[in-house]
Amino acid sequence: MRSKAKFIGISLFAAISVAACGGSSDGGSSTMTKLGDGEGAVNLIAWAGYVENGSTDPAVDWVTGFEEETGCKVNVKIGNTSDEMVELMQSGEYDGVSASGDASLRLIAGGDVSPVNTDLIPNYADVYEGLKMRQWNSQDGVSYGVPHGRGANVMAYNSEAGAAPTSIRDMFDPASPYSGKISVYDAPIYIADAAIYLMATQPDLGITNPYALDQKQFDAAIEALKVQKPMVAQYWSLYTDQQASLEAGSITLGTSWQVIVNLASANKPSITAVKATEGATGWSDTWMLSSKAKNPNCMYMWMDHIISPTANAAVAEWFGEAPSNAKSCDLTADKNHCTTYHAADESYFENVWYWTTPTSTCLDGRTDVECVPFTEWVNAWNELRA
Amino acid sequence: MTAVAGAARRLTAFFRARPLARLFAVLGAPLTWLVVVYLGSLALLVASAFFKLDEFTGKSNGQLTFSNISAVVTKSAYRSLMLRSVLIAAAVTVLCLVIALPVAFYISRLASRWTKRGLIVAMLLPLWSGYLVKVYALRAMFEPGSEFGSGGFLKSVVGWSPGFGYVAVIFTLTYLWFPYMLLPVYAGLERLPNSLLDASSDLGAGSARTFWSVIMPMLIPSIAAGSIFTFALSLGDYITVKVVGGTAQMIGNIIERVLLAPNQPLAAAFTLWPVGIMLVYLAAMARLGAFKNL
Amino acid sequence: MQVSRTSRISLRMATYGVLVAMYLPLVLVVVLSFNSSNSFSWPPRKFTTRWWSTILDVESARHALLTSIKLATLAVLIAVVLGSLLAFALQNFSFYGKNTVSFLAVLPIALPGIVTGVAMRNTFMRFGWDLGLVSVVAGHATFCIVIAYNNVAARLRRMAPNVAEASSDLGATGWQTFRYVTWPLMSGSVVAGGILAFALSFDEVVVTTFTAGSGVETLPQWILNNFSRPNVLPYVTVVATVVMAISLPLAWLAQRLSDGAESLAGR
Repeated sequence: MRSKAKFIGISLFAAISVAACGGSSDGGSSTMTKLGDGEGAVNLIAWAGYVENGSTDPAVDWVTGFEEETGCKVNVKIGNTSDEMVELMQSGEYDGVSASGDASLRLIAGGDVSPVNTDLIPNYADVYEGLKMRQWNSQDGVSYGVPHGRGANVMAYNSEAGAAPTSIRDMFDPASPYSGKISVYDAPIYIADAAIYLMATQPDLGITNPYALDQKQFDAAIEALKVQKPMVAQYWSLYTDQQASLEAGSITLGTSWQVIVNLASANKPSITAVKATEGATGWSDTWMLSSKAKNPNCMYMWMDHIISPTANAAVAEWFGEAPSNAKSCDLTADKNHCTTYHAADESYFENVWYWTTPTSTCLDGRTDVECVPFTEWVNAWNELRA
Repeated sequence: MTAVAGAARRLTAFFRARPLARLFAVLGAPLTWLVVVYLGSLALLVASAFFKLDEFTGKSNGQLTFSNISAVVTKSAYRSLMLRSVLIAAAVTVLCLVIALPVAFYISRLASRWTKRGLIVAMLLPLWSGYLVKVYALRAMFEPGSEFGSGGFLKSVVGWSPGFGYVAVIFTLTYLWFPYMLLPVYAGLERLPNSLLDASSDLGAGSARTFWSVIMPMLIPSIAAGSIFTFALSLGDYITVKVVGGTAQMIGNIIERVLLAPNQPLAAAFTLWPVGIMLVYLAAMARLGAFKNL
Repeated sequence: MQVSRTSRISLRMATYGVLVAMYLPLVLVVVLSFNSSNSFSWPPRKFTTRWWSTILDVESARHALLTSIKLATLAVLIAVVLGSLLAFALQNFSFYGKNTVSFLAVLPIALPGIVTGVAMRNTFMRFGWDLGLVSVVAGHATFCIVIAYNNVAARLRRMAPNVAEASSDLGATGWQTFRYVTWPLMSGSVVAGGILAFALSFDEVVVTTFTAGSGVETLPQWILNNFSRPNVLPYVTVVATVVMAISLPLAWLAQRLSDGAESLAGR
């Protein structure tokens, strides 16, 4: 009995020491130079609405054709927040991810994604130059993925519930007519929305970039969120939750994505959306390749497929965003789609703040102060929600 | 055949002479599983709470720190979250008990022999209808709606719904775990000899007095046993909170949230709360005799 | 004990009231599976059998059902073997730390599922093992052990101890005693424990969520992932009804096979 106990003790100790040393082991895979045969499957992490195989809506399908053509069966896991996507990528179980800027930089820094050889992706040539090799999809002149599309986080609302909102104040001001029926995106990055509100309402705080907040600015943003809390009926992370509540009427205004609004308005036409006049947070997404990808060839084929004019147009219309491939604009069902979503209109995106990861080095170029890094954003958000 | 029988006999003789070997042959596998796979995982989890996280990549960088533990213990927002979770679990337990007592009493003492068995099986069967099925069914019951959309069943038929929030969470958890309280209380009542209750009334005690002075004290171990499940299952729940809780949050939600942050060490530190609370709770219930009734 | 007529009537009403409250939401789900609208709003819009007639075309649900069955079968096999051995050991041997061992067996269900789930996930990821069917089976087997254990232990406790003694006095080997005396007496409880463990595994969400990797989607996870996807919601109610239609008779059967209603609680 005693020797048994000792044995168990030893194995436990061994297990713990392994845990202590078992940090990340980077795959160290070098960039591909030649595309091989497909592996038969590809495992993706994606935003809701990015990988549709007809199961949400039989008419919405840009996956089945790809599967038939390449023999790569597409398995998709919906990531509800950027943080969740980073966590899932760290598991090493997936081949690729549609990462927003607040995930892509962390994935690159963590060694979870590999550089991508864009020469192996023919459709990359047609991507808007303004989206290529930006700070959220490249590092030291090396590309880490292909741009998928971009857009702004909108305010979804029920047009039967009163005057249409135009300003972000309707989300934060206690006098908002929507108070008590407001829906908020449940992720630390939402603190940036509060910062945009402060940029408009408290200019003396001197916020110039909602992702570069010094301690004082950050505290003010948290304060605004605390004031907002009693007005909130729902913090959503599952997009379908917000959609269901919009349809049921238990919320009438919320930070949203166009795709949610499209889905909800199909069942309840009074649901619609607007971009706040003060500006909004937004995204510019990148398909990235896992450094532990088990199906890299299929992932390259997927990256080429998803930015092909047909698929890119279909995603852009379904999700409600500006496509990344210039040729997509001719293929959208709504011929005005690219104009509506300002695909080539850089000025529209001037007050759209793409999600990015806050760091202690201020992103707005200030050097006299330290900014609050993302881990503190996470902690503050957890405390706020607790 | 004889060879096999001979081998069996030799094996029997071997084990008969060595009780320890016999014990290990039987106990070895399950104990190894529980200790290595389960306790080992728990130990690793506790250990991982001491690792420091690289603030950018969300990965452990191998350094040790107490900051996770101290954040979880000292921050007032987290402490009130833990307290709230314990209160919710306690409220669910009390509610389950309040419903279980009269029901169990009726089934055990007043129902006819024929309906008795049917009733108790009918009460327990919903346990097997699927957790999510029930949670979503209650969501369909509670959906509050508003003037801009029709609500769920309660709102439309009764005209009132608690809406999504802590009340809905407590109702739903009570609905989910009530059978776990009912069963031990019922079994405890069944064990009470009729003669004891008759003696009480012969000595002049009214039914209320008999209930509080005779029945209740003898039911304590059964109630303690049932409460372990209603309390533990409520304390750790996070899916119910997400589905019917509106903006409500419990321990489980913060663990999930932090794990996906991703901040595995901090999530591990948070799990120490329910583990600690449950160990204390189990110890208390063991003193009340719960484990004789599990 | 004397109970007044009024108390008797009110207790009866309370009991049947609780029964109605327990089944009403379940009936609601069944009703909604025939609703032509794709929301949970009440009242239902129009009667339809469309969802029922096309459910087999929903490939992901079919696939999830198979995964759930495969997973539960594997987990139950492990749990039944380990749980029965454990019950047998605790019943037939006295040794130091016996209470600790029985406490240890209960721990996986006394601690919240999220703790077990997070711990298992952490272990698998630390050692660099892939999350997948294996990790989910390990997680499920751990909390199923106690169910098999409880059922078998209850039966062994009720078994007259002198039966085994008589067998060995009559010259039977330990194996023969087990094979011809103990096993026939306990087999019903092993099967019952297995069925209940199967049902519990079939229904489990939390441990599954944390231990499943990319390729594993069980039926409850399918429900979780598809609930409130407007075009899939009606199928969720159909699947929920099917789950009930499968589990309820199973639970009833397990109850018949074992020693009474106690086993229905499984724990």
